[in-house]
Amino acid sequence: MTPVNTRRWVRFTPAERISRSLLYVVTVVAVVWSIKTIEVIPEFLYDAPEQAADLFRRMWPFDWAFYPKAIHDALIETLHIATLGTILALILALPLSFLAARNFTSNPILNTFAQFVFVSSRSVNSLIWALLFVAIFGPGALSGVLSIAFRSIGFVGKLFGEALEEAQRGPIEALTAAGAPKSMLLVKGYWPQVEPAFWSVALLRWDINIRESAVLGLVGAGGIGVALDAALNNLYWDQVGLILAVIFVVVILTEIVTSTIRSRII
Amino acid sequence: MTGVATSAARQRPPAFPAHWTSRIAWIGLALYTIYATSILNVTWERFIKGLENGEKFLSRMFPPNIEPDKLSLISDGMIESLQIAVLATFFGILLSLPLGLAAARNLSPGWLSWTARAMIAVFRSFHPVIVAILFVKAVGFGALAGVMALIISGMGFVSKLFAEVVEEMNPKQVEAVRATGASFFNLLIMAVAPQVMARFVGLTVYQFDSNIRNSTMVGIVGGGGIGAPLFTAYQRFDYDVVLTILLIIIAIIMAAELMSGRIRRVFQ
Repeated sequence: MTPVNTRRWVRFTPAERISRSLLYVVTVVAVVWSIKTIEVIPEFLYDAPEQAADLFRRMWPFDWAFYPKAIHDALIETLHIATLGTILALILALPLSFLAARNFTSNPILNTFAQFVFVSSRSVNSLIWALLFVAIFGPGALSGVLSIAFRSIGFVGKLFGEALEEAQRGPIEALTAAGAPKSMLLVKGYWPQVEPAFWSVALLRWDINIRESAVLGLVGAGGIGVALDAALNNLYWDQVGLILAVIFVVVILTEIVTSTIRSRII
Repeated sequence: MTGVATSAARQRPPAFPAHWTSRIAWIGLALYTIYATSILNVTWERFIKGLENGEKFLSRMFPPNIEPDKLSLISDGMIESLQIAVLATFFGILLSLPLGLAAARNLSPGWLSWTARAMIAVFRSFHPVIVAILFVKAVGFGALAGVMALIISGMGFVSKLFAEVVEEMNPKQVEAVRATGASFFNLLIMAVAPQVMARFVGLTVYQFDSNIRNSTMVGIVGGGGIGAPLFTAYQRFDYDVVLTILLIIIAIIMAAELMSGRIRRVFQ
């Protein structure tokens, strides 16, 4: 009895198998090396549960009187920083993403330039942007707005540029055939196609920025982080607890708001 | 509507009718921008004055400081950041698996999925830096606090998306395996894992990427890594060292992004 079909079916090519196994090995080596060489002081670890319990015991009950005194205004400032930062990022990222979209701008130098701006904006964390802007513009909300905006340009521009590249040729060709100028191509050809993507990216980034703007104050860029930093330095844990609770509530609320708006307009 | 219908015979409707709701939304947005700018004391003079400052700042940044003693300090910090990222990703992913499964409503009972969802909501709503502050107080200064902070905030992100992936999977395979009388553990291996594995690897790679970014930052609040020398240099006005560190961070993040793209393609 001879086998009818001697062909062996394999799921992966040898190259795929080798690269997968290699990755597993690299992962294990990296983890083991990190555990072995990372500097951890074991004495600190033993009493960590105790310390953590102590931390939460000091936080409760919250210092409610602190809310009207210092938190409320700082919270409003945080929301303004996040929103203004997002708006500024949208204004700056919009023209750049048109430059980055290869179907709208056919010049590869301009494409690369826009991509470069996006990558460098995303590589620097918002807290580090805040450090730079505080050094330039001094502490305060202006630095916060600028750091939120500069961190968001890359995110918004990359996602919106990809949405632009997926826009359909049909309406653009129809408008071109009718003799529409390039500005009208933009307003009546591209914009209606990418508007839902634009708003969804904007809402997503706004949601993220609310979270990020809460920590900018740690380096002096305004908002609720300034109050948090002060409370931490004074070891007023009941105030710290209240601030954390406020941040939690605000973040949950923004998530509810953004998901409601998103389901309504998209 | 009737007005449009009767006039349509004589006059064609405009090709692009005015969209009043969106116009009002745009006007509202513009008004808000003006209002918020005035409230935050963001003035033009301050901006111009800042630009002069910026010139001084930039001139002190260049050229980047590459003295050997500074470089060895920076490389120590950077290696610690990478270690933090590796460990936080590894343990964060390990812990996210059970948490994500517990949060998936199609696999776990109601009470369990709600508890898991509440945990995820708490983990997700705090920025890694805030979590790092709490861990620095709990376990002291150093890399351990950074690792634990990134584990917690990574768990929030990965578990949420993993739970969504599990909820979106095809229920038929689960039913088929369950019909054979398989135990819950067998069900996970035979029906769930094959469907969600590819997406899970993608999430892991993404999380590693974002952990590298965040591990450069937890040091600012004492969580170990490159953030500590960065913040010290900043406070001592050694802006040329700051620039060196920033350039190295950017180079490493870009390399990590390239690498994660490659890895994702291997596991496609």
